[in-house]
Amino acid sequence: MTQSKNFGFGEDEMMLRDAARKFFADNCPPDQLHRLVANNPDIHRPIENKWQPELWQAICELGWHLVCIPEDCGGIGMPLVAAVALAEEVGKAAFPSPLLSTFNSTFVLNACGTNTAKQTLESIANGRAATLAITNQKGSWEPLDTDVRIDNGKLTGSAWFVQDASKADLLVVSAASNDGVGLYVVNTSATGVNIIADGIIDLTRDQAHIEFNHVDAVEVSAPGKGGEAISQAMPAILAVTSADMVGAGEWLLQTTTEYATTRVQFERPIGFFQAVKHPLVNVMIEIDQAKSLTYAAASAYHEEPERADILARMAKSRASDMAAFSANRAVQLHGGIGFTWECFVHLYFKRQMHNRSLFGDGEYQREQLANSLIAPL
Amino acid sequence: MSTAENRDTPEQAEFRAYCRQWLKHNHPGEPPVSLPQSELELSDPHALEWLQAWQRSAYEAGLIGSDFATEHGGGGRTDCQRIANQEMQAAKTPFFPNLIGLRMSAPPILLHGKEEVKRELLPKLLSGEEIWCQGFSEPGAGSDLANQQTFAERKGDEWIINGHKVWTTMAHFASWMILLCRTSKDDKYKGLSYFVVPMKSEGVSVRPLIKMTGETGFNEVFFENVVLDDRYRLGEVGDGWQVAMTTLAHERGAGPIVIPQAGGMDTEEKLDVYNTEPLIALAKKSYRNGEPAADDPGVRDRLVQLIIREQAIKENDRRQRVPELNDHPARLALQHKLLGSEFAQDLAQLSYDIEGIGSSLYTNDPNALDGGQWPLAYMNSFGMTIAAGTNEIQRNILGERVLGLPKTK
Ligand SMILES: Cc1cc2nc3c(=O)[nH]c(=O)nc-3n(C[C@H](O)[C@H](O)[C@H](O)COP(=O)(O)OP(=O)(O)OC[C@H]3O[C@@H](n4cnc5c(N)ncnc54)[C@H](O)[C@@H]3O)c2cc1C
Repeated sequence: MTQSKNFGFGEDEMMLRDAARKFFADNCPPDQLHRLVANNPDIHRPIENKWQPELWQAICELGWHLVCIPEDCGGIGMPLVAAVALAEEVGKAAFPSPLLSTFNSTFVLNACGTNTAKQTLESIANGRAATLAITNQKGSWEPLDTDVRIDNGKLTGSAWFVQDASKADLLVVSAASNDGVGLYVVNTSATGVNIIADGIIDLTRDQAHIEFNHVDAVEVSAPGKGGEAISQAMPAILAVTSADMVGAGEWLLQTTTEYATTRVQFERPIGFFQAVKHPLVNVMIEIDQAKSLTYAAASAYHEEPERADILARMAKSRASDMAAFSANRAVQLHGGIGFTWECFVHLYFKRQMHNRSLFGDGEYQREQLANSLIAPL
Repeated sequence: MSTAENRDTPEQAEFRAYCRQWLKHNHPGEPPVSLPQSELELSDPHALEWLQAWQRSAYEAGLIGSDFATEHGGGGRTDCQRIANQEMQAAKTPFFPNLIGLRMSAPPILLHGKEEVKRELLPKLLSGEEIWCQGFSEPGAGSDLANQQTFAERKGDEWIINGHKVWTTMAHFASWMILLCRTSKDDKYKGLSYFVVPMKSEGVSVRPLIKMTGETGFNEVFFENVVLDDRYRLGEVGDGWQVAMTTLAHERGAGPIVIPQAGGMDTEEKLDVYNTEPLIALAKKSYRNGEPAADDPGVRDRLVQLIIREQAIKENDRRQRVPELNDHPARLALQHKLLGSEFAQDLAQLSYDIEGIGSSLYTNDPNALDGGQWPLAYMNSFGMTIAAGTNEIQRNILGERVLGLPKTK
């Protein structure tokens, strides 16, 4: 396969990106988002899932959830950069929705290649949101680690750190049996599924741990091949997560830059001072590196699959570090106002810190990379 | 990456095949003399001679000046220099000795020089027969480059130049200098003009300076009543600052003209210290605090961080060429010098952690790993973070031109 000059960003992908940019500007500007998700600062506030299901409906009508579903399953089968382009805009808007979780489930189901996986993709194409329940209580990202067992077709046990669980209709669950680890699909509303929402810092999404008590489940991976499917999908999952951070990073950069050009102290806009100017440039540099690597990972997913895992881990490493740095500088350079609940910066700060750890932080990715790029430990 | 060729135009594809074939048979091989790490430290005349022979042969084969017009000594091709560069770097060739000619001097001559001067100067510049140097910095004009004190006074069709330049790389070998100087004291910026000056002119003297590494390579240059013909002026009188910007943009990798670039050669005694591969190899053969360096989690983490930055620089270059993927047209171009120099510095610095106390051994010690090239590279890396506009100045420029923050000046 050949490496494309433009990372596979064709006209369709650019149009999709521009449409998403406009959609979020129209439907989810920061002040509106803040009113929606940040109406209760109480540190002991009840756990609530605040989002606008009607916007998710609108997105499904626009067909964004279809971009990575193959045509024969009712999707539009675009390359991964389409999902990456959307994820970047989602991140820039800090948009609460199950879109990225649905993408991630789609990548895993695409990798399963079974008839049952195809049927699941069809129901996603029909507008059912999905999410991955593949993490154990210890927060392991190893595809074979799970606290769920499957016996006689029934799931028992628990999955942890499940993203957007209260927005999803379907769960893709990893579970161990004597054959190894397989992947199974269940409805979030099925009998025996107990979704316990986590009290999370990030106000722009929801997360849960889920208990399974003898839940009927449909196997979607080939028997014992769940780990392989997750591994195959992982570069796409990492690229989409990185893209969200790139978008959020850009929002933090632009917002802080704007503040630095308008806020006056010592008779000058504070952006005059190099202790303000240079960190902003450093944030920009980190965003750009994360962005270029994310696009490279996304294009490699189709064009150089043997390099996709490496590039995606590079992207996630750079993006995770950038996420923390961009969030840190944004609060600091806003001064006192940046430290308040009223300022929109904290929405992005919290989303960045959440994404930073999701699917493994920078150090974790580099540990994996060191094994392939230096020598196994 | 082996796949750049899939994006070639037919002309580029044909030229690439030709370059590859030519390089296969004409790579100059192991040098008979010891070479420094980069052009900036070149001081041995034998090394220069050998490198000039390499530049001449690459020029005659069409790998230098590929896109320049034939009447300027070029190859008259379209967007082919990029291809030659990729092939020369893939073939791990030596660098070109006339870097300052190719990178800093040819663009302003081409864009601001008189036609007769282009025809006179460009062929020998491209072939490397004539070496160039850059007379911009002065004792009082470093980051504040416009604070020029060297003065050119007009006398009819001639100029009389007096002044003092410093940090002038290659002046000891140069036939020509690009000179920024003052022609009027009325205005800091509009009082500047830009010339090319023969270094053999009467009244020019060159005194070498020694670097912290112990090497030479840059100099002080003094002008005493040097007489220069007016046709060697580039741009109008008073437009020196604009012409200097053409030089600076290309010096920092952000100019419109693709600069001929070779490099990447490892010799027995000299490693290519600007990429991670040899540093990974160093980690695999080094012990630090008595343990294998490649097993140390801290070293592994930082080494992988550098591998990631190296990849990111490549992917930035790829993205820079797709306008729709850049919110601001100069955003990536203006990061080029900053990223490359800080990457090189951090890479060389990590060698200290990899080698542990072994990093104390220098180039004159037979037990130094890799001939002591890593600590040498670390020290030399400050040349890159200081020269061509310090990285602090680069951050000012990015903040002001790309982010639109208020100007420092
Ligand atoms: C190896 C090498 C080769 C060189 N070759 C050449 C050559 O061939 N021709 C040539 O003309 N010049 C050459 N130079 C000179 C180089 O361009 C200058 O050294 C450089 O521009 C810095 O100027 P300076 O040394 O006077 O430092 P200064 O300008 O005095 O800077 C000192 C410190 O102050 C910081 N500083 C200054 N102003 C600001 C500001 N506004 N904001 C923030 N920080 C600031 C700088 O970043 C630096 O850290 C070379 C330099 C080196 C090291």
